[in-house]
Parts: sequence; C-alpha cells; structure tokens
Amino acid sequence: MNLTGSRTINADVKTVWAALLDPDVLKDCVPGCTEMAGSAEEGFEAKVVQKVGPIKATFKGIVQISDRIEYQSLKISGEGKGGPAGFAKGGADVRLEEQGDSTVLNYDVEAKVGGKLAQLGSRVIDGFASKMADQFFENFQNAVEKGPTGDTTDESAASSGDAPAAETDEPKKGWLGRIRGR
Amino acid sequence: MPKDGGIGAPTRRREDYRFLTGRGRYSDDIKTQGECAAIFARSTVAHGTIKSIDTSAAAAMPGVLAIFTGEDFVEVGGNPAGWLINSRDGEPMKEPKRPVLAHGKVRHVGDAYAAVIAETVQQARDAAEMIEIDIEEHDAVVNMKDALAGTTYVHDEIGTNQCFDWGWIEDNRAATDAAIQGAHHVTTLELVNNRLVPNAMETRCSIGHYDTGTGDYTLHTTSQNPHLTRLLLSAFVMGIPENKLTVIAPDVGGGFGSKIYHYGEEALVLAAAKKLGRTVKWTSDRSEAFQTDAHGRDHVTKIELALDEEGNFLAFRTETHANVGAYLSNFSTATPTFLHGTLMAGNYTVPNVYVNVKAVFTNTAPVDAYRGAGRPEATYSLERVIDMAAREIGMDPIELRRKNFIKPDQYPFASAAGLEYDSGNYDALMDQMEKVADKAGFAARRAESESKGLLRGFGVNAYVEACGIAPSNLVGVLGSRVGLYDAATVRVNATGNLSVMVGAHSHGQGHETVFPQVVAEMLGIDPGSIDIVHGDTSKIPFGMGTYGSRSLAVCGSAVVRATEKIIVKATKIAAHMLEADAADVEFKDGTFSVVGTNQSVSFGEVALKAYIPHQFPIEDIEPGLEETAFYDPANFTYPSGAYCCEVEVDPETGKVRVNRMTAVDDFGNVINPMVVTGQVHGGLGQGIGQALMENTTYDSDGQLLSASYMDYAMPRADDLPFYTVDHSQGTACTHNPLGVKGCGEAGAIGSPPTVVNAVIDALQSGGKNVTHIDMPVTPHRVWSAMKNAG
Repeated sequence: MNLTGSRTINADVKTVWAALLDPDVLKDCVPGCTEMAGSAEEGFEAKVVQKVGPIKATFKGIVQISDRIEYQSLKISGEGKGGPAGFAKGGADVRLEEQGDSTVLNYDVEAKVGGKLAQLGSRVIDGFASKMADQFFENFQNAVEKGPTGDTTDESAASSGDAPAAETDEPKKGWLGRIRGR
Repeated sequence: MPKDGGIGAPTRRREDYRFLTGRGRYSDDIKTQGECAAIFARSTVAHGTIKSIDTSAAAAMPGVLAIFTGEDFVEVGGNPAGWLINSRDGEPMKEPKRPVLAHGKVRHVGDAYAAVIAETVQQARDAAEMIEIDIEEHDAVVNMKDALAGTTYVHDEIGTNQCFDWGWIEDNRAATDAAIQGAHHVTTLELVNNRLVPNAMETRCSIGHYDTGTGDYTLHTTSQNPHLTRLLLSAFVMGIPENKLTVIAPDVGGGFGSKIYHYGEEALVLAAAKKLGRTVKWTSDRSEAFQTDAHGRDHVTKIELALDEEGNFLAFRTETHANVGAYLSNFSTATPTFLHGTLMAGNYTVPNVYVNVKAVFTNTAPVDAYRGAGRPEATYSLERVIDMAAREIGMDPIELRRKNFIKPDQYPFASAAGLEYDSGNYDALMDQMEKVADKAGFAARRAESESKGLLRGFGVNAYVEACGIAPSNLVGVLGSRVGLYDAATVRVNATGNLSVMVGAHSHGQGHETVFPQVVAEMLGIDPGSIDIVHGDTSKIPFGMGTYGSRSLAVCGSAVVRATEKIIVKATKIAAHMLEADAADVEFKDGTFSVVGTNQSVSFGEVALKAYIPHQFPIEDIEPGLEETAFYDPANFTYPSGAYCCEVEVDPETGKVRVNRMTAVDDFGNVINPMVVTGQVHGGLGQGIGQALMENTTYDSDGQLLSASYMDYAMPRADDLPFYTVDHSQGTACTHNPLGVKGCGEAGAIGSPPTVVNAVIDALQSGGKNVTHIDMPVTPHRVWSAMKNAG
C-alpha cells in the first residue's frame, strides 16, 4: 500500500534534519519500537513489537537511511522479520521544505507485508499501515517541537510494546500531540 | 435380497456410520510407537534466490533429530507432469523440475525450503522458526499477461513463463476464423474463471515408515490415488522399487482433486524415515493447505460465438490464459487442455470450434484439477456467451439452446471439438427441467419478489462433460504418460462372503455402499456380505485412483468383469457338484440349478467347495474362487444436464440469494439414487460457492491474501437453497457394462453459469444494462456493475 502526506513542523529545517538522523528520536517515534541501535551511516538495528489483526509478533530488522541530500530529502527504509508471522517492510521518501520558521515535511510511504501477516491480516493491513505512518510522523513532530531530548510520557507510550494498549492509547496520544502542536 | 440392496436401490451409505460418529480412521489418527514429527519451513516471499540457509541454531534446539534442505534432494528426481502437451508449433511444453524441497530459488509463498524432524510437533515447529534463510528477492510474477510479456522468469532455465501455447484443433483454426469473419452475428465475452482453494475438510497428512529389517517403506497418506503416488515415488522421485514401497490411503476426508497428486511432503517423510529409522509424520495445518494444496481453475478467457440469421451456431473460438502456478502439478497440463478444449462444442451441433490455451507459470501455488477439472471452465465460457448471444439477438435462451442441441437420433455424434458422444437426450433434460422447476410459475414468483423490492432472475444452463477417464489408447495419443484403466479383484471367501479389492479410492463418494450393490445384484446375494477394500497398494491389484467421475464407470466396470469371471468359474464348480454339464447350469438369484430339474446348489455351497476341494476335478478347475479384471474403457462417458436457478438480487445492496436450484442430469443408469443425489448436492454447493463467494487472491507481490476462512468465503448451509435434483432422464452409456456415466462433478460444472445467468437476468429485468459480472458475484461486484450501468 502507498500513502502520502505532509506535516508542518514548528522548527527549522536543520533541527528537523538532525532529528531524522537521531536513533533516539527514531526509537521514540517508531510505534512499538523497543530497541534501536546503530547510526544513520551504518544503519540501525531495531526491534519492534506490533499486533496486526490477529497476529502479534516481534520484528527484528534493520532501518536504513539512504539517498540523503542534506536538509532536503532522504529515504528511510526498514525491513523486519517476524519469524513465523512473516515480514513487514516499508520505506518513506521524506522531503523537507523550509516555510518561514517552520519546516514542511512531505512523505510518501510504501508498506508491504508477507507470509502469515498477509495471509491473515490483509483485511486490516491498509488501515494498520496508515495508522503506523500517521503515528510515526505525529511522534516525530512532537519529538522535534519539544526538542531533541524527547518526552518521557511519549516514549513510554511509543515503546510500551503492548499493541492492544497502543491501539487504545493512540487516539489519546494523538489528541495530546495535537494540543502540544498548537 | 439383491432387489433390496442391488442396482437401483437407494441404500443408505454404510460408511456414514463411522464418519458421522467419529469412528473414521484418518491418516493423522494413526499413532505409531516412536513416531516423530516433520515441520516444513516455507517461504514467506513469492520469488527469490536462496543465498544461504543456516540450520545450525535450529539443529541445536531440543528434540531435533534431522534437518533437510533442498541440497539433500539434488540427487533425486523431480515430481513430473503426467501429461505431455505440445504447443501449436510442435514444441513440447516446458517442464522445469519440481524438487522435493526448493533448491536455488523459492517460487511461491509456501514453497518449502527445509524440513525439521523432531521428537514432537512443537519442537519441530520451534526449531523450524530458528532456520535462517537469506533470500535475494525478485519481482513476483503474478498476472498471467504480464508474465508472458515480462523478462522475470519463475524458472530462469527455461527463459520464458509460457509452459505451452496449445491449439485445439489446429487444423480447424482457419475454418473457424472464416466462419466468424463471415457470420451474421458475433457475440464476444471476456471472463475470468476464478481461482479456488479446494478446502478438503481433512488437510493433507503423510506418514513415512521404514522397516530397517526388511528395507520396506510404507507411506500412509491422504491420497485419492495411492498407486499413482507409489508409481511416481518409484519411477521418478525417490527411486524406491515399487515392490519395496506400500502406499496406504486410509479414510480420506475429501479431496476434490487436490489429493490426486503426489506432493513433496510424501517424499520427505519417506527419506526422513529411512535416515532416522523412525516413523515420521507430517500433518498440514489449514494455513499450509491454503498455500500448498493444488488450487483450481484460474482461467482468463475471451470467447466468441458466431451465429447465422436464424440463430444457428456457426463457430466458437476461445483464447484462454491458464495459470499453472509455480510448478507443474501432475495433471496440471491436462486440465486446461484435453479436459477443457475437447468440451468446447458443448451440447451443440456447431460445426467449427477452435480453442487456444496458453499455460503460464506464475509465482503462485500450483494449479491443477479441482472438481470438474477443465469442464467447468468450458461450460462456464460456453453457457455464458450463449446467454449473452440470446439477449443480443432477442431470442429466448432456452429456445436458442434447443435450436442448436444435438438431437437424440444423431448419436454417436462426432463433436467439432474432437470427441464422440455416445448417448444423450438434451431436449428431454430441458423438458424435464422446465417441468420440475415449474418454469411456468416463474412470472408469478418474479412479481412476488418485485413486490418486496427485489429483482428476480431465471438462469439456465446445459452442459455435457467427459467422465470416466478414460481409454488408455486415446489418452496415450493425446499425451498422457499413464494408462487410465482400473482394476478389481473379487475374492469369494470360503464361507461365502466377499472381499472386493478396488483400485478406485473412496473419500466421500460412497464406494463402500455402491460397489457391493453391483456385485450383490450380479451374484444374487446379500450386499451386507460384501466388503470393499481400497486405498492400500499391498492389498489391491492396481488402480488409477478416483477423479474425473471415473470410479463407477471404469473401476465399477472392472468389478463387473471380475464378477463375471467368478460366475463362470463358480458355474463350473456347481456343474461338477450337480454332476451336470456347465452349459446346462443356470445361475439365478444366488442359486445354480440344472435347467429342467429341481437340482440346485447355492452360491455359498459352491464357495465352500472351492476352498475345501474334496472330490474336486483339480485337473480341470483350480481350487479357490478369486478373480481379477482390468478394465480399460472404449471411450469417455458423457454425462449431461439441464440446470436452472432463480435468484433474488437486492438492488440496494447487490446481495444475491439463490432461491431455487434445479439440476436435471443424465448420468446413464443409476446404481444408488440416494448416493447420486448426495453427489449432486455436494457439487452444487461448490459450484454456487464459486459463483457467489469463493475467490483466491494474490497481491502484486505474490502474497496470498485469502489464506484463511476469514478472507476465503466458503459457502455455508444458509447460503444455499433447497435443491431439486432429478436423474430420471438417463440414457445409458453404450460402452461400459453398467451403462453408467459418472455423477461426482456435474453439480460443480452445471451450477456456476446457471447462477451468473440468473443474476444477469435479474439485473436486466430491473432495467440495469449489465451484461456480465465475473465470479464471484459478490454484493460489491453486483452493486458496482449496477452503478456503472447507470
């Protein structure tokens, strides 16, 4: 599935760029991420716990950042293997545009699943991927606007690893995020 | 006694007692001391090159006994296709190797690349998850037309995704083209015959056993065809001598075609059993079944029908793309060709038929015969385009069919698609259908539906199919690599009861009830004293299995021939006992008597004499009473039928409900009408399922999206109407001794076009200009079609 969107982040382009390359920020922003290590140059190793439809799995995989044009655009791609659950992989083409004091972050996301995830979760996968992307950029916006240190409540929600809880948490977090954004 | 349970008696199925009370004994029910479990590691991607497989972590897991990968089977053979098809240019089809375990590449989701043998299923499963495979992914080949145009190949070594490009009959092509060119009217229809998952209630299961003392192998497996499985394992895949391998298919919970074929899992459990000296069992789970059982149908067809001014059919011409999936399953090349193209003249006197079929490899599960196997695809194309033509030229669809029917005095009839139909009476079937379906009352029922705001449609269909496959001489010319006879041994035991060993396997067809009815009728004895033995290569003479509605027509005929031999020998023994000439001994109602006298001996007395041959003429007659016959038919059999149904369509939601369904079939002579009715019911359920609900979906990456009952819609009882089933209009088959034709697949062949024709009729009656909807005709598709039609 593919989806496209944009967000206006209340920070300058250099701050947004730096945040995109920061493993701690990424860890906080990838929904269900419990571990993230590595560097933007070498790639990150990540562990993500998620529930898709009837399947809950721990995905171990790599997140890589490529096609970097400083302060302009990059590609984030990740592939996670969930063992018997199958795999999930996706990428986001991110483009930054300066707009006064703010930065517009445009993204095109592509997501794919395979194996049991596709077999049993296909009906819910589009909604799931859209939710994941939305949550990621929401978290990212929050993280950047609050500064690079991150926010502990946000971190605990994002890395709780408990998917049903994350699902019920999600609207609340979105709501808080939006308040903070204003 | 035989008249109560002989030919024609609606005897209840004796096997149902054990099936319905949990006393069946299926493969997975067999527990062996010391058995261990096999679990397969299967590809989650549709297409990729295997860079490496690391089994070290898995091998260190608790309970693990052995791990196999494709490397372990490099030296053994592949699982072959049973039918050689030549392309139009004379080139033989492409036959890439189908290995026991994927080697070099994985080619569909579910393709097994490793197997773990462990003490328990759970241990094997845990270990299989620890196998590390590194796959370099390739684009998946999914859509058939893209597959032919593209340069990504499922099998790189053949340099194409086309298995063959077949023309039938190539010599008729020019005449067909000319007939269409010059026709008064041509109706053209493009349609999809949707891909189906067979969904047998019992998933596949294979148990390998190796006797370390004798070197004998035994395979228990869910097979419709144990002798073929033995033959393939021996001659092609494993090289195990046939005399060292026994294949046993015990109770099997449905097959619908998917269990005709040999699968790699069967070879694996045997190899593992030999290596470990242990019994090795694998039982498929439902997810594996969705991914790896051979699927059915999956044709994309363009069909043209040319007519003259009066509505006479001048020609049918089709172009079909047939998906064979990632590997050639055993019958996969015969199904879209000789089981499909040869039926493309239907029930009609049409003079010109030309069929073109391109078989295409894709990164999907193998596709093979599924209930009907090629004939449903033929009937669906024909009967949809005929219905469309009737509408276009403004003729009643029944009248148009009748106008072109082969008439009863034209048999034997050489069809334009190359078959010789031996018997039939399509007008009589249509007459009976109109009567029992109360066609006359349709207008009133339509008015009643309309008063509820529903659109009501009447759909009709005529079909003829080829069953009882088939004459070895004929199929040999057509490319079959096997013979298609069958065999039976009738063993009269000393105490007068009988064991009948039959090559046909019963997995829902009712053989255990029906075959004894035939023997009982012939011998004039109680059918309860006759038992059928099947499914064990060590007990039965030979068999080519159960498919193509062939069991009674072919194997049943072998039973007749063997029983005739029994009667001949028993008559000689009786003559000796009666001190008469055999020519003077008459056998009737289970008694041998000397014509014109009151001297007689019973069948039981003769049996006892055969085994206690005191004062026996051993120089003239051997002791014992057991006979074997192989029967090879002279032709296919040609069941036919006239079906109709009525549907109600909700114009607000597009929901279709089949309201009445009538199946009038010519099965020739009927041995057990209750069993026949049950077979038709089952076929109708599957046909209506295909028409309205079932669909197999792969996404563009080759991921199987409809891989559970959440996403694959199986028909349930409340989706189906009550059926009217009639087989009163039989015309006997002229070339087999029972005059039977076969009933196992008819319902699945006749019903899909009937339902779709009825839906179109309903929509047209509501002023919606919808001329075609592809199956499954789901509410979404109906609603969209109505919207698009304005």
